[in-house]
Amino acid sequence: MKVNIILSGVGGQGILSIAAVIGKAALKDGLFMKQAEVHGMSQRGGDVQSNLRISDQPIASDLIAKGSADVIISLEPMEALRYLPYLKKDGWVVTNSKPFINIPNYPELDKIMDAINALPNKVMLDIEQIAKDLGASRSANIVMLGAASPYIGIDYSKLEDGIRSIFGRKGDEIVATNLKALAAGRAVAER
Amino acid sequence: MEKQLFLGDEAIAQAAIDAGISGVYSYPGTPSTEITEYIQASPVAKENGVRSTWCCNEKTALEAALGMSYAGKRTISCMKHVGLNVAADAFMNIAMTGINGGLVIVTADDPSMHSSQNEQDSRFYGDFAMIPVLEPSNQQEAYDMVYDGFELSERLGYPVLLRITTRMAHSRSGVITRKPLSQNQLSTPEDGRQRFVLLPVNARRRFKVLIEKQDEFLKCSEESSYNQLILPLNPLKGTLLQHNAQSCSPNSLLGVVGKLGIIACGIAFNYLQENFIEGFQHPVLKISQYPVPKKQLQQLVDTCDEILVLEDGFPFVENQLKGCLGIGVKVHGRLDGSIPRDGELNPDIVSKALGKEVKTYYTIPEVVTGRPPALCQGCGHRDVYEALNEVIKEYENAKVFSDIGCYTLGALPPFRAIDTCVDMGASVTMARGAAEAGLFPSIAVIGDSTFTHSGMTGLLDCVNNNANVLIIISDNETTGMTGGQDSSATGRLESICLGIGVEPEHLRVIIPLKKNFEEMKTMIREEIEYKGVSVIIPRRECIQTYARKAKVK
Repeated sequence: MKVNIILSGVGGQGILSIAAVIGKAALKDGLFMKQAEVHGMSQRGGDVQSNLRISDQPIASDLIAKGSADVIISLEPMEALRYLPYLKKDGWVVTNSKPFINIPNYPELDKIMDAINALPNKVMLDIEQIAKDLGASRSANIVMLGAASPYIGIDYSKLEDGIRSIFGRKGDEIVATNLKALAAGRAVAER
Repeated sequence: MEKQLFLGDEAIAQAAIDAGISGVYSYPGTPSTEITEYIQASPVAKENGVRSTWCCNEKTALEAALGMSYAGKRTISCMKHVGLNVAADAFMNIAMTGINGGLVIVTADDPSMHSSQNEQDSRFYGDFAMIPVLEPSNQQEAYDMVYDGFELSERLGYPVLLRITTRMAHSRSGVITRKPLSQNQLSTPEDGRQRFVLLPVNARRRFKVLIEKQDEFLKCSEESSYNQLILPLNPLKGTLLQHNAQSCSPNSLLGVVGKLGIIACGIAFNYLQENFIEGFQHPVLKISQYPVPKKQLQQLVDTCDEILVLEDGFPFVENQLKGCLGIGVKVHGRLDGSIPRDGELNPDIVSKALGKEVKTYYTIPEVVTGRPPALCQGCGHRDVYEALNEVIKEYENAKVFSDIGCYTLGALPPFRAIDTCVDMGASVTMARGAAEAGLFPSIAVIGDSTFTHSGMTGLLDCVNNNANVLIIISDNETTGMTGGQDSSATGRLESICLGIGVEPEHLRVIIPLKKNFEEMKTMIREEIEYKGVSVIIPRRECIQTYARKAKVK
């Protein structure tokens, strides 16, 4: 197996927290992994992305080639569209529906929604709202991971293990909350 | 040993700890910062007393590293590419003195300028100083090169330069670590005075020694396992990632079909591999150690009619191969347009250079707009620029010379507040030069960490010449842009300025908050009007470090 994942969002939204869980799960699964991150200037509210590659064979490039991403996971709707040239023909876009508006010329939201809806394979959800309804408002990114979980080539149970290992030291309650958030995201994708 | 998931920077740091360093000497700079941060956070390094606090700048860092090496211990000094410009005086002359304890110097280049003002290629510095350069193609090599690099440095008697790029620094992969080594004992060099007192009489001798060493450095490269000539053993069936490829004798190159040979330096090797998942179809020379391995290069050239050079950064190998007249072997790369002259490599650029089709299925919808980085909401620099912008509207020809840091973002909307940003410390000195040319008001905006990095000496120039400048040191009590490292300036700015000779009545401090807006404007106006050197220090903690500390509590 081989999966190319692009994570996108706005600097400060925490795309790397999603990557961390996937990475932990992949490593536990004995898979190879490469993950290119963005640090530095763009982290100050600019557009950020991370390339995550998982495979049962050694991986060469740290960067994903155009037209070869299996899934784009985005914490922000406009940012989901920025990396479309990297998406495979039958690839999936899984994105948060709530815009992060920190620029004066943010486009009309309807136009962004139209562009997302025009894609053949997409999942769109309001991760903040879902997390809030669960009483887990700090776990919005894990809701997102749950929604993307059918498309990343890793067993759901391995993702649960990843969450247990990353949040374990914060106590059982936090682990349970994040597992709940993961399941809620997954449920949206399966709907 | 267990496989661990490391950023390239973290692999380097862990390797340095495992190789028994006694200290790391660095100044923060993207994409090199995480190396030193990792060592600072390492419980093992702490337990072993590895010295790791940040230095004032790259020059003080590298010189301190040299001192530790002189005393026999292993040490690493890390900086971004432009940091090596600052440390260049030390760097060039360490190649003259040589080292005692192993010394690895890391420079992190930033092709495509993700967080930098140029994309200079540090391999030229290695060549300039005539010392060996290592350039890893993956995180495991980064680890191994550093782990073995100290031994290599000690064996050769010279520092080695490890050159990485942003993608290597900030990409994660599994790394297998090795047995930790203990630190070196204190021991100063027996021939120390002949080597380290670079009076002309010694320097002339040392330069001859360095020249004589070049053959040995070359031999090291040619024998290095990081440099490999790889043949398409079976162009159709070769399994690439195990690349069954030994370094071959020239004879085994005979009979290779195809006339194109490919040179892939450092991380470019990965992008090349990505394009030949089923196995290379051309002879490939992987270069990860310099000087360029002539023997293998000769073998490649003898077999091929044309060479494609893939290297991240400048056309370093390409230029050497081509020569200024471009006669001899036909070379493709950044100089003939096969690859763009600027910007980092990626799998797609390499695909195109190989004549392959890059397929895309979706385009970016027109509705997508740019999202440039910006100063954080609540950041003190914002208050400073808002006040400054209002005051300088009152003057016809005000110019604001700024510097390297978060506050450089004052160049972008909504502020558009600065006129220059060139190099560390240039705000103060440019403001002086412009003032002396008759510009008024001539204003510098510099951050606290940049001020102690390279602004202090410029301020002394201003004071000695009574330049008519206003220097605003926007103090957020951290090194913000790189993620909030300790600043050498914290708690010292007033005493530094007074010590340099700024008049106490023209050294003013204010908290940049909305409630002080009018007061800050008045202060700026008054100090612009003062004919001489004024310093205003707006001081409020970085909103990011503040939030982080609050979270810990």
